[in-house]
Amino acid sequence: MSVTASSALLVQGAGPQYVNATGLFTLSWVLIALPLLSAAVLLLTGRRANAWGHLLGCASVLCSFVLGLAMLFAMLGRSGPDRLIDQHLFSWIPAGSFQVEAGLLLDPLSMTFVLLITGVGGMIHIYSIGYMAHDPERRRFFGELNLFVAAMLLLVLGDSFLTLYVGWEGVGLASYLLIGFWSYKPTAATAAKKAFLVNRVGDVGLSLAIMLMFATFGTTSFAGVFSGADRMMAATATGIGLLLLLGACGKSAQFPLQSWLLDAMEGPTPVSALIHAATMVTAGVYLIARSNPIFDVSPNARLGVTIVGAVTLLFGATIGCAYDDIKKVLASSTMSQVGYMILAVGIGPGVYALGIVQLVCHGFFKATMFLGAGSVMHATKDNVNMRHYGGLRRLMPITFLTFTAGYLAIIGFPFFSGFYSKDKIIEAAFDKGGTSGLVLGSAALLGAGVTAYYMTRLMAMTFFGRPRWEEGVTPNESPRSMTMPMIVLGIGAVFAGALLTFVGDGLAGFLTPSLGPAEKGSPPVISASGQTLLILAVATVGAVIAYLQFGRRSVPDTARQDVPVVVTAARQALYGDAVNEAVFMRPGQYTTRALVFFDNFGVDGAVRGLAALVGGSSGRLRRVQTGFVRSYALLMFGGAALVVIGLTLAYAI
Amino acid sequence: MSTAQSLPALAADFPAPQIAYSALSPMVAVFGAALIGVLVEAFAPRRARAGLQLAVALLGLLGGLLAVGLLAGTREVTAVGAVAVDGPALFVQGTVLALGVAAMLLLAERSLESGGGAIVAQAATVPGSADERALVGTDHLQTEVFPLAMLAIGGMLLFPASNDLLLMFVALEVLSLPLYLMCGLARRRRLLSQEAAVKYFLLGAFSSAFFLYGLALLYGYAGTVSLPGIAAATQVTASNDGLLYTGLGLLTVGLLFKISAVPFHSWTPDVYQGAPTPVTALMATGTKVAAFGALLRVYYVAFGAIRWDWRPLLWVIAIATMAVGALLAITQRDVKRMLAYSSVAHAGFILTGVVAATRAGLAGSLFYLLAYGFTTLAAFGILTLVRDADGEATDLSSWAGLGRRSPMVAGAFAILLLALAGIPLTSGFTGKFAVFSAAADAGAAGLVVVAVVCSAIAAFFYVRVIVLMFFNEPAADGPTVAIPGAFTSAALALGVAVTVVLGVFPSPLLKLADQAALFIR
Amino acid sequence: MGHVYMPILVLFVLAAAFAVGSVTAAGFTGPKRYNRAKVDAYECGIEATPQPVGTAHFPVKYYLTAMLFIVFDIEIIFLYPWAVTFSKLGFFGLVEMVLFIGTVFVAYAYVWRRGGLQWD
Repeated sequence: MSVTASSALLVQGAGPQYVNATGLFTLSWVLIALPLLSAAVLLLTGRRANAWGHLLGCASVLCSFVLGLAMLFAMLGRSGPDRLIDQHLFSWIPAGSFQVEAGLLLDPLSMTFVLLITGVGGMIHIYSIGYMAHDPERRRFFGELNLFVAAMLLLVLGDSFLTLYVGWEGVGLASYLLIGFWSYKPTAATAAKKAFLVNRVGDVGLSLAIMLMFATFGTTSFAGVFSGADRMMAATATGIGLLLLLGACGKSAQFPLQSWLLDAMEGPTPVSALIHAATMVTAGVYLIARSNPIFDVSPNARLGVTIVGAVTLLFGATIGCAYDDIKKVLASSTMSQVGYMILAVGIGPGVYALGIVQLVCHGFFKATMFLGAGSVMHATKDNVNMRHYGGLRRLMPITFLTFTAGYLAIIGFPFFSGFYSKDKIIEAAFDKGGTSGLVLGSAALLGAGVTAYYMTRLMAMTFFGRPRWEEGVTPNESPRSMTMPMIVLGIGAVFAGALLTFVGDGLAGFLTPSLGPAEKGSPPVISASGQTLLILAVATVGAVIAYLQFGRRSVPDTARQDVPVVVTAARQALYGDAVNEAVFMRPGQYTTRALVFFDNFGVDGAVRGLAALVGGSSGRLRRVQTGFVRSYALLMFGGAALVVIGLTLAYAI
Repeated sequence: MSTAQSLPALAADFPAPQIAYSALSPMVAVFGAALIGVLVEAFAPRRARAGLQLAVALLGLLGGLLAVGLLAGTREVTAVGAVAVDGPALFVQGTVLALGVAAMLLLAERSLESGGGAIVAQAATVPGSADERALVGTDHLQTEVFPLAMLAIGGMLLFPASNDLLLMFVALEVLSLPLYLMCGLARRRRLLSQEAAVKYFLLGAFSSAFFLYGLALLYGYAGTVSLPGIAAATQVTASNDGLLYTGLGLLTVGLLFKISAVPFHSWTPDVYQGAPTPVTALMATGTKVAAFGALLRVYYVAFGAIRWDWRPLLWVIAIATMAVGALLAITQRDVKRMLAYSSVAHAGFILTGVVAATRAGLAGSLFYLLAYGFTTLAAFGILTLVRDADGEATDLSSWAGLGRRSPMVAGAFAILLLALAGIPLTSGFTGKFAVFSAAADAGAAGLVVVAVVCSAIAAFFYVRVIVLMFFNEPAADGPTVAIPGAFTSAALALGVAVTVVLGVFPSPLLKLADQAALFIR
Repeated sequence: MGHVYMPILVLFVLAAAFAVGSVTAAGFTGPKRYNRAKVDAYECGIEATPQPVGTAHFPVKYYLTAMLFIVFDIEIIFLYPWAVTFSKLGFFGLVEMVLFIGTVFVAYAYVWRRGGLQWD
């Protein structure tokens, strides 16, 4: 929905021009409707759907994927500017001067997301058939997964910030439900609550940004906002940009709102893979990339974005080195990798597309690894502690191979996906030039080394070394419904980067109509090939250190406690919770207490005052029950007298 | 002797009245069904009564709805100028009838309470007596409640269509008297219920006296009781203004009592709490909708010309109503009482639309009434489902963690609460938006600011319940949620569906309300 | 203002002041010694009728008789002017009166079937 006040001046300026949807594209609402309908069926029909619910859930997402694919080919048949396709759905409130419209925008950027969400999402749905096979609530699980997919599609397809916001809240709700899916576990319930609350902080930022946009442009539609973006004041642009960044930080688990993501690993593993690796956490990246005309005019806001990205990528990587919980390591890694994306979209014009390339590749390799982790947990009776794994590569060959594909991709091994996506971002950071370029580039480079370290540690502890399984655990390979999606996603992890870089104009070229052309910044400080070698060298150092520490030596059953203060801090997630508590929770508690005080004092006081005014002594009248009617009647009489006197006075004056 | 001569003379001047029965057909259907209901009580065997009564009542209501549909677009004054059938009247009548259908379904639900439903087995038994105890577990039922409800609904149809103060008074009494009785018919907590009935009756009679007094003074001023006649008088007469304003003030008291505006609201929480919940649902929605219909007609038709004199008064009352309703709701520990104060606050929100005194204000108020009606009705319907050993468990603390145990019911209640709080994508938001924007356009920006602040305060206690249901641990000995029977399910589904649909696709109904928003003068 | 209705307004104010004042004053000045007689219902000086708690029913027959009387009384009152203008009203008048009497008869039938006309 976009809200447009006709009084606001709307001049079509430099913003993007959208063409009206025709032919196949008028079906874009079906993309959302399919999973939504399926979610409704699964959540409403109850146990009757237990037998076939999971199949419906998978089918709806795969149908959306096929439809999305068809639309991609139809879109490729069009020339660049014609690829921005807007479809008006209905007028929400057509009240005179105040118009609220609902519509969908299908352009290369949202197309990319549609395929990522439905493609990777479809694989994860299939995987969940096996993973959740023994859960009595599997049907509800698929219903909520479908709800998530529908909300996420609405988020990326909306043609205004208001529609985006509806989807944004929808994915928040779905993720809350899914993290707390096993709500009988108190940790899961708490984690769900925490994710919800931390996301609220970000949502406040987004809603304030939308209000500010409406106040500035008189509309919240992409077309309206972006066409006016180049004429707004720099301060306004910075304000909107930073508020959008706050929203992005909440949803994408970026510093300082990152703490919920680690706890969110309490949810079922497919949820971690779908929501907390491949799709939802990238919503912030989408938001910033989509809002590129606003960030284009505010270098300050972009600087804020890059700082958040750089800090988070180091922050996440550091935490990742300290955890023994395999899912938490992957979650920290997600934080860090999303940090790269945020860094890329923050660097600005010409580099937005690199963030999206990293986003798509990351969707593949991180989902592969999360599904692999789920497979390992499946085999070890839901143990998540890597100190209780070891030597699994022989027993679980498919899991091992696909996980290795993801591993090589994330550390940027030559010709794997990460090599094309992440390394480009590091190069772009250096190419930004000046001190900031050097600082950001160094941070990103250091992050690559740390990434190699903790991922190698994970591989070594899980798949190599001697078995350290707990008693009664006899690992074996997972069923085919689980391994098949892992294989598909693993293939993606290997080839996605190369495909997206070399086929046609590559993804960056495809995204040009949405994000502007890719351009080169200042001449590189170090030549491109030199940079590549440097990155590889740093990553190799990280990997080798980890190998020496964990691959060569045997891993103890429990973590050592006599460790430097840095490690202790990392094990505490760098005190993210403590910071949140101090910054968000405490003031909130004080506000609540103040409200309660006001409640007791002010409100009750007002009631007593009113009663005293009317009845002389309310306590006396309350003692006898019939006294109530008398006092009510007196109150009415007094009111009637006031009404008459008031009317007469109003006339007399 | 003189009397004997003048009588034929009077008869000679007497014009034979005309009545367009077709225009009255919605009311004829409902009152007819009510009379048939009384006959069913008289002649049908006890066992068959409940089913027969429901069938008759639903037929009457649906027939009425059909008639309203057929009459759409009619603008006609009939019965010697006493009844006006125009857009607002038909819109309100349609709303009341649809709400009546849902309330009737709630009344008819008997699966929740050992065969009897929410209505008492035998109203005449003394609370706590051996007779009462013997009857409480049986499937006895005071089936008179159905014709009573139909008579009340008939009064609600006539109330907003009255073009004449005297007929309006009659309609007011026709709708009130059955409600007084119905308040005392709760199956459980009989003393509380009877106390509510007595309170409502005493205060209602008191307010009717105000209305009647105001009517008399206005007759003294204008020499007529017809609304257009009074409107004509306000435009030409310069003297006797004291009568006009005193009369208008007293008349206002009677109307404001029915919509439970501050300071005439004090009966609302007690009566809503004591009455059987389906009856509360009917009172909180049907009565309020009908009373607003009448209030709008009185203010817009009869006193439209002197709106600069009454607008400040309604400003103050609207602000007081919103503020008192919202503030007092915060401290409530009982869900039913909280909803009662919420209905007070909503009366204030709708009054902002009345204050606008424009066509947009009228259209917005009509839309708001419909949206509010369905949401509130369904909310009270959900109250009937959450039960413990003593019947409905309305204490707020016992609702903790309800979302864990019955996500469907808690989810539906959450949607309704969000709508009452005015969150976008629900009917509540659209309604608030419509009345607030109308009021702002009519120059009442200050009032709108207060209204928005009050909405924010009100949102606090609605959301608090949602938080309680979904984020708190359930109490160990908490209430159970009964599986709703077919009737309750249908009523709830209707309420929730209207709430959501009017939030997402409100434009057809907004257009309809806009088309309807023209009084015949 | 010097308006002709000023005295009425003054009277209103005086009445309101008296009502509020006396209730308030009574609360402050009166002794608060409750005894059985004081909390009993006030019934015109005679001994209060025993409260029906414990017995089964209120003695409602008196009320029923009074209500029936009022219903039929009003019916007659309405019939008088109708009879005077009957010739003017014509067929319309007949229909309306049939409807009216029919409505009253419905109530009558209810009372009859429910034993309201029996005295024990």
